[in-house]
Amino acid sequence: MKHLLSTADLSRADAIRILDTAAQMAATQSREIKKLPTLRGRTVVNLFFEDSTRTRISFETAAKRLSADVINFSAKGSSVSKGESLKDTALTLQAMGADAVVIRHQASGAPHTLAHAGWVDSAVVNAGDGMHQHPTQALLDAFTMRRHLVARGAAGAGGTRVAGDPTGQDLAGLKVAVVGDVLHSRVARSNVHLLHTLGAHVTLVAPPTLVPVGVETWPCDVSYHLDEVLAETAPDAVMMLRVQRERMSGSGAGGGAFFPNPLEYTRNYGLDGRRLALLPDHTIVMHPGPMNRGLEISAEAADSPRAVIVEQVANGVAVRMAVLYLLLAGEASTERAGLE
Amino acid sequence: MSSGPAVPSSEPPVTPEDPSDGVTTVLGEAEIARALTRIAHEVVERNKGAHDVVLLGIPTRGVPLAARLAERLASIEPGLVAADVVGELDVTMYRDDLHKHPVRTIGATHLPASGIDGKVVVLVDDVLFSGRTIRAALDAISDIGRPRAVQLAALVDRGHRELPIRPDYVGKNLPTSLSERVSVRLVETDGAASSGEPVTDAVLISQRPTTPSEATR
Repeated sequence: MKHLLSTADLSRADAIRILDTAAQMAATQSREIKKLPTLRGRTVVNLFFEDSTRTRISFETAAKRLSADVINFSAKGSSVSKGESLKDTALTLQAMGADAVVIRHQASGAPHTLAHAGWVDSAVVNAGDGMHQHPTQALLDAFTMRRHLVARGAAGAGGTRVAGDPTGQDLAGLKVAVVGDVLHSRVARSNVHLLHTLGAHVTLVAPPTLVPVGVETWPCDVSYHLDEVLAETAPDAVMMLRVQRERMSGSGAGGGAFFPNPLEYTRNYGLDGRRLALLPDHTIVMHPGPMNRGLEISAEAADSPRAVIVEQVANGVAVRMAVLYLLLAGEASTERAGLE
Repeated sequence: MSSGPAVPSSEPPVTPEDPSDGVTTVLGEAEIARALTRIAHEVVERNKGAHDVVLLGIPTRGVPLAARLAERLASIEPGLVAADVVGELDVTMYRDDLHKHPVRTIGATHLPASGIDGKVVVLVDDVLFSGRTIRAALDAISDIGRPRAVQLAALVDRGHRELPIRPDYVGKNLPTSLSERVSVRLVETDGAASSGEPVTDAVLISQRPTTPSEATR
């Protein structure tokens, strides 16, 4: 593994390896001294062309906990605002000797271009590109699900699992409902592929206007009715997606041309106390953040003990430490040449 | 050139010169058991009891060795529970050769419930060679606590130290050449991988393979 660009490229073994490594990283984060010397002398550049708080801080924390040097680069206040191209920015980073570039870009495919155009030798980690992929978010979601649902020997999964240590296990048999603005969501795209690879069954729930064209080729089911899905499939995890109003044009009334008004969206697709009560007792509630409280998720659901939203953020650091470790710690020349 | 060993067949079939496989068994199951029993007594003698002692095994094969030592300590010292004094310490993230090998899988670190602060930590590993693993272990220990003392137990000391590190307890001193490979086989770690054949504990010496694909310690 030289780059992490898309969850569609990850094999089951790779994904489990990342989750297992993340579990060991998470264990070190409960110590008094959280810093490890593993990536001492390596340089990680956070290249953010799009606003982000938690992803950038999470990557920065992960790199610093592994003793790497971190350079933060955001498009605002950089030469990009003067019109510098991605290529020239990349060549600058190459000249500075970056070992890994963590990139978030508004254009789908920008990380792929950076990884394959030959501008940089460094490992490239996709931290979200346009409406394409956000692989570390999907990995941290899978890690959170495995921790909560696999370790306890999930109900409805055949009951053959050993309760306790989920190391080495996938998510076979788990049912996950991904609800909301699937059209604009790179989180949903990443999760569909990763969860499918790990053996979970994904059901997307969205209004017809927010379901992307071509969804029938994705390895998942699609439904337009949240209540039906919650009652009939009894999902083990419900992942609410943020309604990305900044990507909806003409959003005068709240939803642009995608839904009549926010109240109607909430009534049909929002997770509230009533819908929470429909779910099995072990079901966890997830949200990639930032939340629109009162739109896709009510305060009651977001603050309920079944919500693991804050834990997702903590797990994000461990998963990103694992990704940086697996990309950067090994032998530079052969490892990268062999798998590229 | 010559086919077969140049010695009578009544000799043990494990002479180092044997070109067919070139594997010599240095310690067998019984010798390993006796060495561990002796080390356990030495630990108790040196530390005037075992109630402050914590045994930390270094993965992979240090872990079952530490567990076996803990059982012996429990049988020597009344009132001692083996599970309370044994743990495992993964040193992967502290190694100085990470960039010279393909990415290593990170093992688990488990400490006994009592922690290691103020205790005597005995590191347990199978083969002591360059000393670099122990150097990494010392760094790992300083990140998780402050023991009163750190001691080192190794089943085999094969020499060729590259750092000023010495063992406190040794199962067997084994003078080797750098072209040789010392491997330890334990029922706990190597039993399942075998294809049906019963596996017994052993310490083996073989010639280092000349193919560069073979991983080296």
